[in-house]
Amino acid sequence: MTLNWFKKHSNEKKEKQDNSDSSEKTYFFERLKKGLSKTCKILSTDIDELFTGKKEIDDSLLEKVEELLITSDIGVQTSMDLVQKISKKSSKISDAIQFKHALKEEILSLLNLQTPKQIPEINYTKPKVIMVIGVNGVGKTTTIGKLAAKFNLEGKKVLIAAADTFRAAAVEQLVIWADRANAQIVKHKDNADPASVAYDSIEAAIARDMDIVLVDTAGRLHTRVNLMEELKKIKRIISKKLAGAPHEILLVLDATTGQNALSQAKLFDDALGVTGIALTKLDGTAKGGIVVSICNTLKIQLKYIGIGENIDDLQDFNSKDFVDALF
Amino acid sequence: MFDNLTDKLDLVFKKLKGHGKLTEKNIEESLKEVRIALLEADVHYKVVKKLIADIKERALGQEVMASLTPGQQVVKIVNDELTEIMGTRHEDLNLSGSKPASIMLVGLQGSGKTTTAGKLAVLLRKKGNKPYLVPADVYRPAAIDQLKKLGEQLSIPVYSSTVEMDPVQICRKAGIAAQQEKCDVLLLDTAGRLHIDENLMAELCNIKDAVKPSDILLIADAMTGQDAVNIAKSFDNTLNLGGIILTKMDGDARGGAAISIKSITNKPIKFIGVGEKLSELEPFHPDRMASKILGMGDVLTIIEKAQSMVDEKKAVELEKKLRKNEFTLDDFRDQMVQIRKMGSLKDLLSMIPGFSKNKQFKNLEVDEKEFIRIEAIINSMTPQEKRQHTIINGNRRKRIAKGSGTSIQDINKLLKNYTQIIKMMKKMNKGGMRGLGRGMLPF
Repeated sequence: MTLNWFKKHSNEKKEKQDNSDSSEKTYFFERLKKGLSKTCKILSTDIDELFTGKKEIDDSLLEKVEELLITSDIGVQTSMDLVQKISKKSSKISDAIQFKHALKEEILSLLNLQTPKQIPEINYTKPKVIMVIGVNGVGKTTTIGKLAAKFNLEGKKVLIAAADTFRAAAVEQLVIWADRANAQIVKHKDNADPASVAYDSIEAAIARDMDIVLVDTAGRLHTRVNLMEELKKIKRIISKKLAGAPHEILLVLDATTGQNALSQAKLFDDALGVTGIALTKLDGTAKGGIVVSICNTLKIQLKYIGIGENIDDLQDFNSKDFVDALF
Repeated sequence: MFDNLTDKLDLVFKKLKGHGKLTEKNIEESLKEVRIALLEADVHYKVVKKLIADIKERALGQEVMASLTPGQQVVKIVNDELTEIMGTRHEDLNLSGSKPASIMLVGLQGSGKTTTAGKLAVLLRKKGNKPYLVPADVYRPAAIDQLKKLGEQLSIPVYSSTVEMDPVQICRKAGIAAQQEKCDVLLLDTAGRLHIDENLMAELCNIKDAVKPSDILLIADAMTGQDAVNIAKSFDNTLNLGGIILTKMDGDARGGAAISIKSITNKPIKFIGVGEKLSELEPFHPDRMASKILGMGDVLTIIEKAQSMVDEKKAVELEKKLRKNEFTLDDFRDQMVQIRKMGSLKDLLSMIPGFSKNKQFKNLEVDEKEFIRIEAIINSMTPQEKRQHTIINGNRRKRIAKGSGTSIQDINKLLKNYTQIIKMMKKMNKGGMRGLGRGMLPF
């Protein structure tokens, strides 16, 4: 991460070319492992440590568990509920492994959605339109760059709509990402109407037979009603141009954010109907526990996790992998 | 679903008010609620623990003063404690040492360093300094462009860094360039980085050693959760911070990170970012922040804002006009413009005590576009109409509506408001403030 991305990327490429197929496999495996350990980290706690020298569950242990849960930003209420549930089962739990298992089961039941909000994969005309939203500085543009690269690798033709016309140099930033990800881009001048950028992008995507359109939007605090109206307008214009679109409203959340992420998710969902969440910056020490509450209360799926600054540092959030990594 | 900290504590103390005396039992009860409120506000677990213990000690050692209710007493204790943690007064930028002085901005990705650099430049220029912006983020795509564009918007010189350059070299060379440009304060906008990224943290140390900045500011997001403690600790241990700037304070985050960061680093929070406009940076006042958390409003900030924005000369003129009952529609428009300069009405209202408590105003959304409409209407009037609103008849209204792109209803509404204000002023001139009945204010 120290190096300029270009330097690093060219090194990686060189490495890949120099070595045989097997090393490429190792490369991808390592990436996956890194992703998994991060996935696991969302909720990882040093429960083993808590059990050292202890034989049974007592109040001081439960208090420690509560502290661990709260400091991973899961939230006070959820943490207290979890601890209470565990303490009820305490008679059946005798060691760290069982305790961990019970705790993880409880958390998983919150994360695994029975009926997640989702748009059916079939029944839509090309292109698939993904609108990316979020507050300032969570990593929308970077996530779009990574998503574009991911779809490109899957053999899809990607077009990016540079509809953040507000922040200085947001378009320039996206142009660089589009170039890296080998995606096309539609842009207007600074301070242009973002809805018109979105409209032109859809039109261009249809004309050029693209598979996916990623719509970048300016960061905005969810409490700014006027700016939320602007997002609604962008969504409206998109659906006017292409019936059924946007097919996905992806909310980007920063793992460093505390309880306010719930308010963000709620207000963005109220305004636009969020269909998926990307949780970024999981490569730090923040655990992003608030997503558990968000997924559970708003019934929105966590779809992607961002684990670094490189173009391939975006992973699908897979609940099966997640369970495997936990047990 | 989630109320803000102010509301939470209000609720706690409402419960307390029911009790006659401050006993150990009802202190316990209220502190349980205070604890939850603080944790929900993202104050770090350990910090909350210590805070609660301190408050309890204070509360138990005290007798209920005769002049206060038990609820007020606890509010006061919690308020004192929060204020004490956050410091006692506002601390300004440190510009000491050899000239030009350098201020280094550091923080995580997306915390708002570049925008804050622009805001600080505006602030410094207002104070009579000559700021120089230095983009030292060679990693994030187009980060340098972003600062260059801000500099262009503000007409503030920006060092011409490129992505091929080394950040330490950039900062060193920028010092010489600043002297040539006759600037006296450098604002070093460093790249966002994770506090656990050893290489990039070492880079910051190298910049620090090379330029010996007079101030190093951690730019932190007010929405940060429990991790705020780790972030602040790492940056402070590595760089020995001079202070903190909290950004994105205009959202609905409860801002507990302020308490966490302050108590872990013991470094002053110097400024807060309160909006997307480059003028929206305010000095941090610890006592006011504590009061705000406790729902006691922030009247001082409003007064200060009004003082810095309102044109003295115009104010004197206006006073004269008011006395003579000569408040024209032109003056009405000028007043609007003055108010708008102070920031969004919603922010202003939120600082008024009682507003956050009042359910009626809770979801109040002031339509800022209304101002633009009013301005357009008045601008579409003839000078005579502006001086003498009574001549505006049906035909004239039609013309004005057409000219300003509004409807006749809009014009009727405006004229009605205006005549109300005139009436109110006449009353004021006759009987002073006492002439003003309750509920007479136009808002």
